[in-house]
Amino acid sequence: MNRRKFLTMLGSAGVVSALASTTAPKEAKASHIFPYYPESYGVLHDTTRCVGCRSCEQACNEVNSLPKPNKPFDDLSVCNTKRRTSATEWTVVNKYKMNGKDVFRKLQCFHCQDPACASACFAKCFQKQPDGSVTYDGTQCVGCRYCMIACPFYVPGFEYNEAWDPLVKKCTFCKPRLDKGQLPGCVEACPMDALTFGRRTDLIKAARKRITENPDKYLDYIYGEHDAGGTAWMVLAPANPKGPKVPPENPVLAGPEMKQLGLDTHLGNQPMGELTYGALGTVPMIVAFWPVLFGGAYAMTKRREAMHKEEQEKTVRQAREDVAKAVDAVVRTIQETEGEGAADRARKAMAEALKARGEAGKHGEGA
Amino acid sequence: MENHSIVIPTREKMFNMGPLLKPTPGNIITWIILAVGLIITIIRFTQGIGSVANLDDNQPWGMWIGFDLLCGVCLAAGGYFTTVACYVMGMKHFHSAARPAVLTAFLGYLFVVVALLYDLGHPLRLPYMFFFPGTTSVLFEVGLCVATYLTVLFVEFSVAPAEWLSNRFPIVLKWRTFVNKINILLTIFGMTLSTLHQSSLGSLYLICPGKLHPLWYSPFLPMFFFVSSMVAGASMVVMEGFFAHKGAHAYMDSTHLRESDSVVLSFSKAASFILMAYFMLKFIDMLVQANTGYLFSGYGAWWLVEMFGFVLLPALLYAKGSRDGNVRLCQYASMNAVAGIVLNRFNISMIAFNYQLPSAERYFPSIWEILISVFVVTMIVTAYRFIVYHMPILYEHPNFKDAHH
Repeated sequence: MNRRKFLTMLGSAGVVSALASTTAPKEAKASHIFPYYPESYGVLHDTTRCVGCRSCEQACNEVNSLPKPNKPFDDLSVCNTKRRTSATEWTVVNKYKMNGKDVFRKLQCFHCQDPACASACFAKCFQKQPDGSVTYDGTQCVGCRYCMIACPFYVPGFEYNEAWDPLVKKCTFCKPRLDKGQLPGCVEACPMDALTFGRRTDLIKAARKRITENPDKYLDYIYGEHDAGGTAWMVLAPANPKGPKVPPENPVLAGPEMKQLGLDTHLGNQPMGELTYGALGTVPMIVAFWPVLFGGAYAMTKRREAMHKEEQEKTVRQAREDVAKAVDAVVRTIQETEGEGAADRARKAMAEALKARGEAGKHGEGA
Repeated sequence: MENHSIVIPTREKMFNMGPLLKPTPGNIITWIILAVGLIITIIRFTQGIGSVANLDDNQPWGMWIGFDLLCGVCLAAGGYFTTVACYVMGMKHFHSAARPAVLTAFLGYLFVVVALLYDLGHPLRLPYMFFFPGTTSVLFEVGLCVATYLTVLFVEFSVAPAEWLSNRFPIVLKWRTFVNKINILLTIFGMTLSTLHQSSLGSLYLICPGKLHPLWYSPFLPMFFFVSSMVAGASMVVMEGFFAHKGAHAYMDSTHLRESDSVVLSFSKAASFILMAYFMLKFIDMLVQANTGYLFSGYGAWWLVEMFGFVLLPALLYAKGSRDGNVRLCQYASMNAVAGIVLNRFNISMIAFNYQLPSAERYFPSIWEILISVFVVTMIVTAYRFIVYHMPILYEHPNFKDAHH
């Protein structure tokens, strides 16, 4: 799925028609502004500095009191197999081959500006906080796992083996530590300064500065600045030293590079939840209009039935009158030619015959 | 009574459990499935979802959502389809089809909720969605509509148990009269709710364009789900008629038997047209989204199999069957169409979902998950049999000949 097609889809959904009509990605980007929480925090992950030492994983495990893994954190061989975050591992470091070179990337919740999980949750468990973290309240979780379907980054994990209180688990941005004025565990533990904590707006400036000052070192794309509506945690990737230069901030052309790092640049600039708002917007219209439409159809059916019945009665009445007139004429002719007695007999026979026919008709209907 | 062999419960003999308890092969299989299902149920609710299901973090929704929920709701669409045709559009000759269709819909929805309890981590918290309403969630709309519609279906269906129980408790007749009075309101309300949640089941997947294969992902998913639910509704009535004639022929009165062929042929004609329209919708959507390139891949071939073998083929079979008055062909077409609906829901929820993940990380349901789904279907069939053996579903109760409204 390429970017243009994505925009076409959005346009046809009527979700952001203005966005779809613009062809230049730069213009499209400007159309989504998040007025809320401008002071919120984020973390910039510079993959050119990451060495895959797993100190962040260990710190995360310790500060959040997660169960100890089978293999110790100093065993770096685990980076060789692709892993994802789970209920017991809220952050993992994976090794990717990027243009033939090993690049390490830390995976955790991206803490979206307008999170898909929060939009998808039907019991309001997820909340975007003013400090930038996306928090989860398990006390009202029904366990439907729609948040996991919705998350474009495959982040939330579920406690499938817990029988009585299974919950969704994910990185909390170390919210309890932030509240105390401490850094997130992983950021504090990173020995390579690959994780930079700060206000999101400052981080974007810092990232841009790094890219401008080292144009050969960095791919000119801040992953998370606009992707999926923007995320609090953002990623910088190394540039391909041999390949052609990727033009700045172009999700289509940066796509193949980012894909090697396991990042999808084709999610679009809108928050994922917005993709459903067009469909949800039709609900009030259907609720309002369907009863009128089908009520109208019902009224038309009733009217047609009434007209049909009237017509039928008219025909029957007409037929009855015709018969009565014919009988009258016949009896009058008999009276004139055969006399009064014959006319009486004829009238009686006619009446009996009609009565018998009427009863036969009734039986026929009843059967 | 034209069919004198029908066993109608009386005040003295309210129950007619014989056909359910006789040790016929069918009954024995039913008992075994129910026993196994009960054991898996106990394991599921004491050991956790992971003890029976292959679900994982990448595939949080598997067989139970893909089959029990998506297919269950869709295949129960016969309720709104038949009642709207009969009561709103005034096609009175479908009257004998209305009650069985409402019963199937009611049981379908009831057991969708039952099956959902297996899938939820906290089944007892299901009502939380009303206390903490997440109004931005499509799932909230689905939940609200399904809960309301289940209530509407229960009320619509309740006239049948009322007629049965009136032998002992004549007071329920007051309820029956009341329901008959508001029947048209219930029908139109049910139509509205069905439109909403049938389409919303498709909207559920709008939020994950990165995970669902582009040939199945479309902004028109809600419309596809709604249109195909009409096909499912018509097809289920036709197919159910086929099985009911096999299993419960003795409980059908002459009206039902006389009308049943014309119901099959009319519904087949309707289903043929709707399937054709659905085929065009899907095809145009594929072209408009410039997805032709994907057709020349494995998923593309699979999409073409779905489109030609399970949408176009049943449409043509239906057309030929209804044109030639060939009831048997229409019944085969209905099975083909129902299989197509199930295939489509499986594709969206499982086969084309997470298409970008390596095959080692993909999902395949465990035998226990499948058995739970079989268990749920068996419970529906058993409940259906219990009801048609006791209540006037396939026949008109001689005391309530006024049921035509």
